[in-house]
Amino acid sequence: MEVKPYVRTAMLDGKPAPVTSSGPAGWLKKNLFDGPWNTAATLVALVVVFLLLSHLLPWVFQSVWNAENLAECREIIDATWGPEHSGACWAVIHDRYLQLIYGFYPWDFLWRPNLTFAMMLVAIAPVLFTQLPRKMLIFSCLFPFIGAWLLWGGSIWQPVMVLAGFGIGAAAFRYLAKVNRILSIAAAIVLPVIWWVFVMETVVHGLHAVIPLGLEPVQSNQFGGFMVSIIIGLTAITCSLPLGIMLALGRQTELFIVRTFSVGFIEFIRGVPLITLLFVASTLLNYFMPPGTNFDLIVRVIIMATLFSSAYIAEVVRGGLAALPKGQYEAADSLGLDYWQAQQLIIMPQALKIAIPGIVSTFIGLFKDTTLVSIIGILDPIGLSNAIRADSAWNGIYWELFAFIGFVFFIFCFSMSRYSMYLERKLNTGHR
Amino acid sequence: MTDTAVNTAPAGMTVSDEVAIEIRNMNKWYGQFHVLRDIDLTVYRGERIVICGPSGSGKSTMIRCINALEEHQEGKITVDGTVLSSDLKNIDKIRSEVGMCFQHFNLFPHLTILENCTLAPIWVRKIPKKEAIDTAMHYLEKVKIPDQANKYPGQLSGGQQQRVAIARSLCMRPKIMLFDEPTSALDPEMIKEVLDTMIQLAEEGMTMLCVTHEMGFAQAVANRVIFMDAGQIVEQNEPKAFFNNPQSERTKLFLSQILGH
Ligand SMILES: Nc1ncnc2c1ncn2[C@@H]1O[C@H](COP(=O)(O)OP(=O)(O)OP(=O)(O)O)[C@@H](O)[C@H]1O
Ligand SMILES: [Mg+2]
Repeated sequence: MEVKPYVRTAMLDGKPAPVTSSGPAGWLKKNLFDGPWNTAATLVALVVVFLLLSHLLPWVFQSVWNAENLAECREIIDATWGPEHSGACWAVIHDRYLQLIYGFYPWDFLWRPNLTFAMMLVAIAPVLFTQLPRKMLIFSCLFPFIGAWLLWGGSIWQPVMVLAGFGIGAAAFRYLAKVNRILSIAAAIVLPVIWWVFVMETVVHGLHAVIPLGLEPVQSNQFGGFMVSIIIGLTAITCSLPLGIMLALGRQTELFIVRTFSVGFIEFIRGVPLITLLFVASTLLNYFMPPGTNFDLIVRVIIMATLFSSAYIAEVVRGGLAALPKGQYEAADSLGLDYWQAQQLIIMPQALKIAIPGIVSTFIGLFKDTTLVSIIGILDPIGLSNAIRADSAWNGIYWELFAFIGFVFFIFCFSMSRYSMYLERKLNTGHR
Repeated sequence: MTDTAVNTAPAGMTVSDEVAIEIRNMNKWYGQFHVLRDIDLTVYRGERIVICGPSGSGKSTMIRCINALEEHQEGKITVDGTVLSSDLKNIDKIRSEVGMCFQHFNLFPHLTILENCTLAPIWVRKIPKKEAIDTAMHYLEKVKIPDQANKYPGQLSGGQQQRVAIARSLCMRPKIMLFDEPTSALDPEMIKEVLDTMIQLAEEGMTMLCVTHEMGFAQAVANRVIFMDAGQIVEQNEPKAFFNNPQSERTKLFLSQILGH
């Protein structure tokens, strides 16, 4: 074969893309009516959607918002739209929304959960959005103590002295670090625990006798509704992330005891249903506490939920760690960063970014799982829906309550999902 | 491998008789596999040593032992007067004085170029942020990419990334630099810009150990070439004699293979 020499004399300019592939008509054709099968599928889907909506929308919107009880509600529906029509009786929500939100929290003190909720928004804002001033994080750290005090009430000295426990730990660590590293870490853990469990109560009593500042106490069994879901869900979410990260690191370390413990913990927790753990929380856990301590049921449930989701977080984070190339560890080592610096500055930021979808799924799952607490007698929204139905006025109402509860949960979970997508986009720095 | 054009000749690179690295009877095993066998090597301050040898001969393993990225089982390594032991303090001290560049750059993809360069000075050397930024900009200028400081590694070409990696090491003001095949993941047109940076570094008197197959670079810059095979140092000599008059059969074979075509 002969090679034909060729030399280009002028370079080509770029041209706009053909019109048929753009515009709304192009989109419709390409995505919905591209060939007979695609067209048929589109038409079938349209019919299904139409049938669904033609039943659902009248039920949702041709409905009653004001009535005293279910019977009255049904009468109004019959009178307005005829006996054939089945409409929702949203009046139950209207009638009981305070209960669905706060449970049996004393009506006079509703400002306390409201204030806590507002403060919670301020506290999580700087965590979620890094553009906000970093100083706000100080408030975020104090918020758990302020919030718990507002909700449960009692002496102001209670949260102050719990905080003091952290101070004791930090001080012990600082002073003993010069003597011995391991001793200082042990002291930083043991001393605060001794303080909280054995000493604190007496000190609080003493201080309260001298300066009696405080709020009216509210018992845990008066908590309920979405308030309880948010308290349990949010606290467990916040605590399970650091715990899960520690477990993931523990599973990777060369320290035999730490690794065995981490693996054992993760595998045990993942092998047990949450509901078992909740029963343990409601009955067994008190046996392990020193006699006389009355350990709040909601706190016990929070601990169990935290342990439960931290095991899942640990596995998700481990996946993120495994996806990091070994070169990142080596680069960090070769620059002289120590283990914790490398984790904090190099490894975790990347591993967590990879793990965001899994982490958020775990959080969403955890938040929805808070409804299981109704089984151990905590009046979360599901528990309350049973309570409301037990009232003769609303006996027999199902769909409306569950639809409403589902709707509220959907708003929370959908926001979490959208936030995770925002975060992924924000952290995308253009590397593969 | 071909000789990549290296035009500048070394100017005033002097070797002192102060010892920078001393390796005595080092042995290392991976499980039962004896990777490094009786390595003896003394590196003087200001030396530029090129290490070459066939794949799997243990070149990477040897230089990674120097900053404890790999652990050796027998023998003694002394870096700048500090003996490398399992004591974490000594390891950290050595690592902060020995810079290292990798074949795949290993920049931190979630940080900007500037942050890559300031991270270790701020956290390891505890230098104030402002000073660290000044130092970083100084070295980024030196490797000729100051205008990319706020981009992320993923937005740079391979050659630029490797130069950033060099700058990142330099920001720790190391006394010794290790290079593990810094150009072998690069396209030919980018190799030269990285080699030029390394030549510049050599001219400033940096002690360098460089695993590379860029023989042009070796001839232009190195004062000593080491040939390794099967985990041992087989031959070492000054570049001219090494290339023109190799003594060992293994060296001759290796050189004929990489220069041969
Ligand atoms: N982590 C490891 N575990 C077991 N064997 C290893 C490990 N790392 C390297 N080796 C083996 O040790 C030998 C030396 O490896 P090394 O990476 O030092 O070679 P090299 O001279 O750098 O080769 P190359 O030119 O391919 O980079 C090789 O045979 C390799 O298979
Ligand atoms: Mg190698």
